[in-house]
This record gives sequence, structure tokens and C-alpha cells, in this order.
Amino acid sequence: MRNVIAIADKELRSYFASPIGYVLVGFFALLFGYFFYVYLGFFIRSSEQMMQQGGGAPNVNQDMIGGLLQNAAVIILFALPMITMRTYSEEKRSGTIELLLTSPVTDMQIILGKFIGAMGLYASMLAVTLLYIAILFLLGKPEWRPIATGYLGLLLMGGCFISVGLLISSLTKNQIVAGFMTFVVFLLLWVINWVGESSSPTTREIVNYLSVTEHLNDFVRGILDTKHIVYYLSFITFGLFLTAKSVDSERWRG
Amino acid sequence: MIEVQHLTKRYGRVTAVDDVSFRVERGEILGFLGPNGAGKSTTMRILSGYMPATEGRATVAGFDVFDKPIDAKRRIGYLPETPPLYPDMTVREYLDFVARIKGVASKEKKERVAAVMMRTHIADMADRHCGKLSKGYKQRVGLAQALIHNPDVLILDEPTAGLDPKQIIETRELIRGLAGDHTIVLSTHILPEVAQTCQRVVIINKGRVVAVDTPDNLTARLKGAETMYVQVDAEGADAGATLGALPGVMRVAAAEQRGTIAGFEVESERGTDIRRDIARAVVNRGWGLLELRPMRMSLEEIFLQVTTEELPTEKLDGSGLEVPPGLSDPGPSDPQTHGPSDPNHA
Repeated sequence: MRNVIAIADKELRSYFASPIGYVLVGFFALLFGYFFYVYLGFFIRSSEQMMQQGGGAPNVNQDMIGGLLQNAAVIILFALPMITMRTYSEEKRSGTIELLLTSPVTDMQIILGKFIGAMGLYASMLAVTLLYIAILFLLGKPEWRPIATGYLGLLLMGGCFISVGLLISSLTKNQIVAGFMTFVVFLLLWVINWVGESSSPTTREIVNYLSVTEHLNDFVRGILDTKHIVYYLSFITFGLFLTAKSVDSERWRG
Repeated sequence: MIEVQHLTKRYGRVTAVDDVSFRVERGEILGFLGPNGAGKSTTMRILSGYMPATEGRATVAGFDVFDKPIDAKRRIGYLPETPPLYPDMTVREYLDFVARIKGVASKEKKERVAAVMMRTHIADMADRHCGKLSKGYKQRVGLAQALIHNPDVLILDEPTAGLDPKQIIETRELIRGLAGDHTIVLSTHILPEVAQTCQRVVIINKGRVVAVDTPDNLTARLKGAETMYVQVDAEGADAGATLGALPGVMRVAAAEQRGTIAGFEVESERGTDIRRDIARAVVNRGWGLLELRPMRMSLEEIFLQVTTEELPTEKLDGSGLEVPPGLSDPGPSDPQTHGPSDPNHA
């Protein structure tokens, strides 16, 4: 565990020693802020309309925060390859991988350290956006539980992406290749359910189950379903396991 | 301390290391000598646990590097060919990180970092970023990194590569100072380095061990026929014929001629010392004996010899070893020859 923390700490520092950490946190906050602004405007207009028509007030959680978090997932899809692309590629290119692999640490400790480091940066990206949510709490009374599950869902979904990103980064020396490949794979994982829409119900169900973003919907709605948690956790475990295999086979190939 | 048995590493069809075996005793400095691509780095990477061997075993401090990698790695300090530095970290942060993953106790960490920085003379660069250091400093930080957990065994891949002459001397001294407490394996393709720092040399070429011995013995083994350099003032007489007539002399070659002073290279059978005979013969004739010394081949020549394709390695062990013409008969103008064979040129 000590080793895992040492590596996670080093990873997290290296994100903030270069501009990449600040750029990601900053731009994510900016884009999230833009979506927040758009959704807020939309929410205000629709609530005015509904008031005039004599209906009840719309729900902040359902009509605004839900959509906002769904959109955040898309930004995350673009941002995470930039976190993971350098994790292994850069170590391989600069030769520092020799230091890690000749130190008394196991491959899994290195991988977990890198995973936790990347999750740390991702979590700080999400943490900054809580400021916007805080504004809603100042002005109104949103339910906090669906927000909490929504963020948990985002965190788990990001974990899946990061584990895939680590795997791809461990396959190449070139971070640009790693970044691009990761992005393509993320995109596929995101749009895989489009296939389902025009096919038989069975296929649709299978494809929906495989889609990483599909599982986010319940979290955003405030539903905490073990089915989705199990899906995400097993996805992450599988990704990290494959990364371990990739690192090990790299070692044999030399 | 280190035991390597029948180590073989193949990359696809290419065999980088072929059936290498050697031992290193505690406190010894072993030099790994060979041209580029000889398999030095591969052997060291296997020893350090970076990659597994295709066949064979390697044991470090009693732990098999494949079966007990964590235990073995705890006892190994490894400096790869390129120092494994993180450019964004300062030297102190970097060493701190290495100390953590090498398992240095948190209480001792600060002290160890300070100690290795002192030892490798990098204390003044402690707060510089690793990426901004000069090549020499990078190399030294790499060395500091290898020393941080005070390992029993140090594996140094070309530790003096890229340093300036002053730094090279400092680094060699540092390495010599580390022997005793540490068992050291270092690789190099620079010959004087081996003679100056190592107690034993493994010469490796094309993945195979060509010779294992002390630098002195290697020189002796390769000497074959003894060659003496004799300089006499024969006052116009034919000194060469006189020397050639001595018992045990196989060949005499005139090396130089300046007025009445003549220099000869006298080759004799191995094991016979003809220095007394030469001296007596010269003095008896009333000539001046200006110089008489054995010509030992420098390691560089040995190296050329053992690692040159044209020369089969079996000759090394055969007693009737012949010194190749290029080495036994160096003309004064031959740029390939070094100090001993060219005494008056400098």
C-alpha cells in the first residue's frame, strides 16, 4: 500500500508539475460553467412558462442537474485521454519505466498507483464543478441525494475510462498515439448503444448493457443500483487486469 | 553475491545473450567489457530484474531474480544506460520518491537522501529540476538513485558515459570507494576504465563470454610470446644480429634508428626471461644499454584482439598463442599503437 501511495502521489504531482493538470481542471470548469449557464437559462425559461400555464414548478434535479451531468460525461470523454495518454507511454519513452520495474514493487502496485493518481486528477476536475452546484444550493433547494449519486456515477464511469486509457498507454511508447487510440475507444464505448436502436430487442439489451454511458443514466436520476456499480467496478478491474498483462508481456518481449 | 548460470536471452530469432555464466564475490568490482551490442545491457537488465531471461538462472544476494524478484530488487541498485529521471521533479523530490518505492523507512528517508547527494556531489543541485541538469549531473543523480537504499549489489550500465574527464575520474573514485560495502557490476566499452576500477573483467562479444579474468592476468594470458623493447647505443655495430643470436630469441625487429642509437623489439619464447642475457650481451660488447623493458599489451589491444572477428577465440586458451603482426610489430608511426610500443615518439 505504501508503494501504491508513493506512486499515486508521484503521478498526481507530475500532473501539476506540468501545465496539463491546470489546463484540464481549468478547461473542464470552463466548459462545465458554459453548460451550467445554458441549462440554467433553459430551466428558468421553462419554469416561467410552466408557472404561467398554471402547472407546478419544474424539478431542479430532474430538469437541470440531470442534463448537466449527462453533458459533463461528454466533456469527460474528451478530457480523460489527456490524463491517461502519458501514464505509461512517457515512462517508456524516457526510460523511467526501468526505475519502476527494477524497484521492489509489483506491477499491480504500479498500475494501482497510476490509476489512483489519474483518479485523483479526475476527482479534482469534478470537485471544482461542485462550486456551480453550490450556487444552486444558495438560490434554491435542490435534493442533494441525486446530485451525490450523479457524481458517484461520473466518478465510476471515469474510472472505467481511465482503466482503458492505462491499458492503451501501456501498449505504446508514443503518447499521441496513446491519446488518439484512447479517444477512439472511448467514443466507441459511448456510441455503442446507437447500434442497439435499430436492431432486435435482445441485441439492444446486450449493447445497452455494454455501453459505459448507458449505466450512468440511473445514477444521474438518483437511483443507486448495485447492477450498475458492479458493472463499473468489474469494468475497472478488467481494465487494470489487462494492463497488468500488457506490462508483463512487454517485459517478456523486452 | 551474484551468480549467473547459463543465461540466454533471445528476441525472436536474435540471440542477445548466449549461455553467459559468471560469479561475483562480495565486495568485488566486476567489469563488463564489450563492444556496443555485445549483450552487456541485456545481461544487466536481466540481473536487475527488469526483464526475464529466456533460459538460465541469475541469483543476487541469495535470491533468484525470477522467483523472488521483490527480495532481489530490494538488494539491487541499478543505473540504466540512460538515467531514469523525471524531468519535472527536482533532484530532492526525485530521490525522495525513489527512496519511497525502494522501501527506505520514512524516518531514515531524509537522512539517506542527504547522504547520497553528498556522496555523489549533487547537493548543490538539490532544488533544480532533473530535466534542466547537465548530462554529468543527470548521470550522478542516476548514481545517487541507485545508492539510495544502500543496496548490497550495484549494477551500473556505463556509469561514466557522457561525463567530462574530471567527472569520469570522480565517478571512478566514487565507484572504487563503494566497493567493499557493495558488490559492483559495471559495464563499459572504455578500456582504461576496466583496468582502473575493476578487479575482474568479463569480456563479452556477440552475447558470449569470451574471457573472465583479472585485468593483469588477461594481459598476461594474451601476451603469448614475450616481447622486449631494447634500446642500445651500439656505436655503429650490428646490434640486431647480436641480439638475434641470443638463445631463446625468436625474432628481432628494428623499431627505430637515430644515429648510433637503435631500438629493437626482441621476441622470445613464452616463459623464458631473456633480459639478463640481453643485458650481458650488450654490456660485454661495451655498448650502452639505454632501455630494456617488457612490452605488455594494453587492455585496449587485448580487447581488439578478443573481440575482433578474424581472430578465433580458441587462441586465447592455447599456449602457442601468436601475437598478430599488427600488434607485435608496431611501427613508431602506427597510430593504433599506444604508449609502451612507441617510447620516443611522445
